[in-house]
Amino acid sequence: MHVEGSSAVAATSDESKGMLRLDVLKDRPDGTPEGILETVFDIQDVSVYYGDFRAVRNVTLPILRNQITALIGPSGCGKTTLLRCLNRMNDLIEGVRVEGKLLYHGVDLYDPQVDPVEVRRRIGMVFQKPNPFPKSIFDNIAFGPKIAGFRGNMADLVEESLTRAALWDEVKDKLKESGLALSGGQQQRLCIARAIATRPDVILMDEPCSSLDPIATQRIEDLMHDLVSDYSIVIVTHNMQQAARVSDRTAFLTVEVHEETGHRTGTLVEYDLTETIFTNPSHKRTEDYVTGRFG
Amino acid sequence: MAVVTSGDVRGPIELGLRGQKRDVRGLMLRFGLLGTLLLALAVLLTLLATTLVEAWPVLSERGLDFVMENTSSLASRTGVRQGLVGSLVLTGFVAVIALPIGVAAAIYLQEYARDTRLNRILISNIRNLAGVPSVVYGILGLVVFVKALRSVTGPDSYGRSYFSGGLTLAVLVMPIVILITMEALRAVPKSIREGAYGVGATRWEVVRSHVLPYAAPGVFTGAILALARAFGETAPLLLVGAVTGYLNTPGRDLLEMLRGPYTALPTQVYAWAKLPGEDWQANTAAAIIVLLVGILAVNFIAILLRNRYARKW
Repeated sequence: MHVEGSSAVAATSDESKGMLRLDVLKDRPDGTPEGILETVFDIQDVSVYYGDFRAVRNVTLPILRNQITALIGPSGCGKTTLLRCLNRMNDLIEGVRVEGKLLYHGVDLYDPQVDPVEVRRRIGMVFQKPNPFPKSIFDNIAFGPKIAGFRGNMADLVEESLTRAALWDEVKDKLKESGLALSGGQQQRLCIARAIATRPDVILMDEPCSSLDPIATQRIEDLMHDLVSDYSIVIVTHNMQQAARVSDRTAFLTVEVHEETGHRTGTLVEYDLTETIFTNPSHKRTEDYVTGRFG
Repeated sequence: MAVVTSGDVRGPIELGLRGQKRDVRGLMLRFGLLGTLLLALAVLLTLLATTLVEAWPVLSERGLDFVMENTSSLASRTGVRQGLVGSLVLTGFVAVIALPIGVAAAIYLQEYARDTRLNRILISNIRNLAGVPSVVYGILGLVVFVKALRSVTGPDSYGRSYFSGGLTLAVLVMPIVILITMEALRAVPKSIREGAYGVGATRWEVVRSHVLPYAAPGVFTGAILALARAFGETAPLLLVGAVTGYLNTPGRDLLEMLRGPYTALPTQVYAWAKLPGEDWQANTAAAIIVLLVGILAVNFIAILLRNRYARKW
């Protein structure tokens, strides 16, 4: 619906790929050759400030298309802050400033000419706490497409989105009921359905399972595996097992405390294939974190 | 392996769990709180009862006739029709002017304005305005609407018109509307806004489709308070020239009527209360009862509206 011709997208990302740190773009374990890897986001030396306070320092990180990228790290390491920069959700907080380059298919997301509303239509988001609108299940899904000017059959789109989010069978007879009447896990899948209803390119997930029980968590994780063939997914998680289970690549961030001021600033330690991060990390700090000795 | 509950332990534990202490302080607090509630109710009921007793001769003898009759200088023939109509028109003014402007201002301040020092000063000033005595607004109305804007508000009535009275009341209640609406908007959870922004809504779409519907019951509460306040307000109307006696309203078109002299129920009550004689006292009490019923009716309508909106989604 919104994505421009794919050839244009491919061309810009080819161009930007030259700027990546290719050492982290190793082949996938299934042997997909390097040449096919394509970036969605290209985070180049990004720092994020809340007023004068620097929350995230100099992160450089390519995020690959049709893969699940996990951001892990201890509390306060800036992983959520970083995630919320990717669809300019941080614009809603006064005093947030982003330095560095944050390219989306080669386009700088923080270019003054870029409209954050358009960004968020292409880059959907699922939040930590399920937050369906206090409206009917149908309206929860229909709102996004409606404001985006969708002119097709809304009922079909709602069904398709709910089916995709593995929720259709459970709610097909009660589409008029409030989204808040669903269980926590169902609400979160409703939010995922809401996010994919606008046919985004990327889905950002901010600890989507932190308020769910293990069975609901597993359903969401299965869903992520289903969705990744069509979408690129970036997930922030506290749960290292979850990162290990679902993601293709993992970025480990940590928090550094400034010796004099006591300010806590998040920074990227290591980014690699998930398997490598969890079995053979290059940095001691990563190893300490993933083995549970720190954090 | 046998599982047993030790009898030695059971006794002391049972005693401990049952709790022998009576929570005296808690009980005292509870009865104290209940007492204050009863006190407030008692004052209200006493007021209502004495007024009803005084008003009873008039209400029982004349009944609807008292409500339907125009003001008269004869105590036995006077009625509250003109006052009631005047108050309803004035309340209508408030509903049409103060509610939309107040709600719009609140939306701007809460949703659009940035958190600058200027805006903070503005908001604390609105808070102050909500606490300014109503007679001060009467002086404002006298200077601005009656005198300065006389050519607009009522060239033939020396500016003492429904326009002047209605605008004064609208200005009077606007800070209340703004503050209560802002409170209602502030109470909308951040997660709902984020969800809406997250699917690509513009600020206006977020406000219109999610924030306002969610805040609607709170906004209606503000509207109820504002309308009830306007309905019962007396002092400013005396200053902006509400007629307290018989109101001569020649049959003219609506604009002429609104620019002509006016009266309101509370000012009638005020005028009658000053007249000597038991019959006027009874009339005053009866008018107060009508005023109270009117305020209750305004509240009731607003509550109905609120409940309808609250269930809408």
